[in-house]
Amino acid sequence: MSTTTAATREQTSRREQPSRRTLEKGPSGWLAVPALAFFTLFAILPLLGVLFLSFTRWDGLGEIKLDGLSSWQTVLTDPVTGNALLVTAKIMFFSFVVQAPISLLLGVFTAASQKYRAALAVLYFVPLLLSSAAVAIAFKALLDPNFGLGPGLGLPFLAQDWLGNSDLVLFVVVFVIAWQFVPFHTLIYQGGVRQIPTSLYEAAQIDGAGRVQQFFNITLPQLKYTIITSSTLMVVGSLAYFDLVFVLTAGGPGYSTRLLPLHMYLTGFKANDMGAASALGVILVVIGLALALFLQRLGGKNRNASQLEGA
Amino acid sequence: MNNLKLRTAGMAVSAAVLSISLAACGSSGPAGTGASAGSATMWGLTGGDQPVFQASVDSWNKSHPDSSIKLDFFANDAYKTKVRTAVGAGQGPTLVYGWGGGVLKSYVDAGQVDDLTGFLKENPDVQSRYLPSILESGVIDGKTYALPNNKVQPVVLYYNKEVFDKIGAEAPKTWDDLMALVPKFKAAGVAPFSLGGQSKWPDLMWLEYLVDRIGGPEVFAKIAANKPDAWSDPAVIEALTKIQELVDAGGFINGFSSIAADSNADQALLYTGKAAMILQGSWIYQGMKKDAADFVKSGKLGYTPFPTIDGGKGNPANVVGNPSNFWSVSSKATEEQKKTALSYVKDGMFNDDNVKALIDSGAVPVVTGIEDKLAASPDKDFLTYVYGMAKDAPDFTLSWDQALSPAQGDAMLANLDQIFLKKITPEQFASAMNATIGK
Repeated sequence: MSTTTAATREQTSRREQPSRRTLEKGPSGWLAVPALAFFTLFAILPLLGVLFLSFTRWDGLGEIKLDGLSSWQTVLTDPVTGNALLVTAKIMFFSFVVQAPISLLLGVFTAASQKYRAALAVLYFVPLLLSSAAVAIAFKALLDPNFGLGPGLGLPFLAQDWLGNSDLVLFVVVFVIAWQFVPFHTLIYQGGVRQIPTSLYEAAQIDGAGRVQQFFNITLPQLKYTIITSSTLMVVGSLAYFDLVFVLTAGGPGYSTRLLPLHMYLTGFKANDMGAASALGVILVVIGLALALFLQRLGGKNRNASQLEGA
Repeated sequence: MNNLKLRTAGMAVSAAVLSISLAACGSSGPAGTGASAGSATMWGLTGGDQPVFQASVDSWNKSHPDSSIKLDFFANDAYKTKVRTAVGAGQGPTLVYGWGGGVLKSYVDAGQVDDLTGFLKENPDVQSRYLPSILESGVIDGKTYALPNNKVQPVVLYYNKEVFDKIGAEAPKTWDDLMALVPKFKAAGVAPFSLGGQSKWPDLMWLEYLVDRIGGPEVFAKIAANKPDAWSDPAVIEALTKIQELVDAGGFINGFSSIAADSNADQALLYTGKAAMILQGSWIYQGMKKDAADFVKSGKLGYTPFPTIDGGKGNPANVVGNPSNFWSVSSKATEEQKKTALSYVKDGMFNDDNVKALIDSGAVPVVTGIEDKLAASPDKDFLTYVYGMAKDAPDFTLSWDQALSPAQGDAMLANLDQIFLKKITPEQFASAMNATIGK
C-alpha cells in the first residue's frame, strides 16, 4: 500500500511541475489594482485620519485642536478602557469556545448527503438571515424579567434578570452571539467537509477505521485551513460585535458588556470626545491586525501547499 | 473656510473609519439636506408628539406647495447622537430639534445655529404667544437661538391608584412616607417603583429632585456654572446616599437596569400593576393615554409632586424637567430653506389646529391663553395639574444632562448608573464628576 502511494505521488508531482511554476508566479498583479484602490481610499486613508485625530482634541462640532498625547493619556489611564479590553477578551474567548465545536460538529453533520440532513441544514441557516438588530430586539423582549418568556410561560427559572445582572449578562451576550453566528460557521465547515475526497474515507474503511477514528484522522486534519479561516473570522469578528450588544444591553449594566468597539462609539458619539475615540479606534485596529496575523501564522508558512496529495 | 473644510474632512474620516471598525454596524450616514433647495428639512422625535408634528407639517405642505418641509422622526437616544454628528458635518436639518441648555450652547459656540433675536423683534406675535419663562430657555448670552415647539415637561411622580387601594396606602408626601411604602408594596408582591435604568436618563430624575429638595436649586446652579468641587456639595452626597438606600430597600423593580425607557416598558410596568409608582416626565401621559386608554380614562392613574424631605432647603413647589423642546435654525441651511423654516415657525406652529392637536394628545402647549381649552379637554385634570405645576414653580430646573456640556452630561449618566448598581459610593461619584468640571 505504502509503495503504491509513494509511486503515485512521484508521478503526480512530476506531472504538476509546469503548472505549479505558473502558480508560484501568480496571475498578473494588475488584477489587484481595483481592490487596492478601494482599500487605500476607504481603509488606509481614514486610518491615517484617525491616527491624526487621536493626537487632537475635538468635540465633533468646533475646531480640531492639536493636543499632543493627551487623548492617549486619557484613554490609557481610564479604568473603563482596561475593563473594555477585559470584557472584549472574555467575549472573544467564550464565543470561540462555544461556537467552534458546535459549528464544527454541525458542519460535519450537515455535510452528509441524506435528505433530512439537508432539511435541517436549511433550518440551522435561518438565524443568519436575520439582522443583528432584529435578533437583539427579539432576545431583549424574550429575556425581559417582567414581560418576557419566563413570566409569560410561568417558568420561574427563565425569569432571571438576564440582562440586568452584571454576572449573568456576559454569558447571555455570548449565547445570543453564538445563536446568530453558529449557522455561518456551520456553513463554512459544511463546505470544507464536502471538499474532502470520499476516496480517503473509502480507504480508511477498507483499513478498518471506525467513524470516530475517521473523524479525528481524516476529517479534522483535512479541515485544518477551514478551521483557521473560521477561527480568524470568529476571533477578529469578536472585535466588531457592536450592533447586537448595543441594542441588547447598550454596554450595561454599568460597564459589564461595554466592549471595546462600543466603548469607542460611546466615547466618540455620546461623550463627544473624538480624540479619545480615535485613540481607541487605533488600539482596536492594532489588536485586530495582530490577532489576524497570529492566526494566519498558526497555519504554518507553507499555506499554499496542497493537502490532497495522493488523494 | 479652511477650518470648516478640515472639520468636515475630519468628520467624514472619523465616520468612515469608525464604520470600518464596526463593519457589521448598519447605521447610515446623515441624510443630505439638499434634495431641493427650497424645501426645508425637519427632524423630530418618535413618541407622543409624532402625530402632532406630522399633522402640522402635512397641513403646512398642503397649503404651501412651494415651500414644503420634509419631516423625519428618530428615537430619542438615537436622535441625540445622529443630529450632533450631522450638524458637525454641516449636514443637519434646517430645523434642529433640541432641549436648550449646554447642548444648544455648544451649537452656538460652533456657529452652527442662527441668532433668532431679530426674527422675534420683527414678529412680536411670535414672541408674545409663548410663556415668557419658557422662551427664556432658548436664550444664550442675551440672544435667542431656539424657539419652543411643543409642550411643558415637568417630571411627575405617577402612581397606580388600584394598587395603592389594594394595600390601603396613600400617595407619599414626604421621603419617609415613601420609604415606609417600600416594604408594604414588596409584601404585596408589587414593585414599589418602575425605572427605565438602561436608558440612564430616568435615573437622573431621582438625583435632580432629591438635590433640589435637599439643597435647593442653587446646588445645581453652582455645578452648571463650573464652580470647582461643586459636586461635593453635601446635598449631592445626601441625595446619592438616599438613592442607594432606596436601592438597598428594594425600591426599584427587579431588572430595572435592563429596562429601556425608549420602548415605554417602564410605563407599561405601572399600568399593568407590576409596579406601584414611577418618576417620569409629563410626556409619558401621552404614551399611556394611547397604550392604556382604559387605565387612564377610568381614573386609575394618580400623580403627585415629588415628596418633601425633612430639613430640606428647596421649595417643595420647585420642578425639574424640560421647559419645552425647541427649534433652532441651522446656519448651514440655504437662505430659501431658512425662509421656509421661519415662516412655518411663524404661521404653521401653534395655530389653532396645532394647539388643539397637542392638547388632544395629552400635552400642555407652551403658549399663553389656553386655560379654557385645557379645562374643556377630557384630560383636564392632568393637563391643568401640569400647567399649574409649571406656571407656579418658583424654579424650573432644566434636565441636567441637557443643561451641562455633552461630555459632562455623559460622564454624569455613566457614573449615576454605577450609583444605582451600587458599584461606586457617593463620594466616588463626586470626585469622578469634579474631575469633569470645565470639560
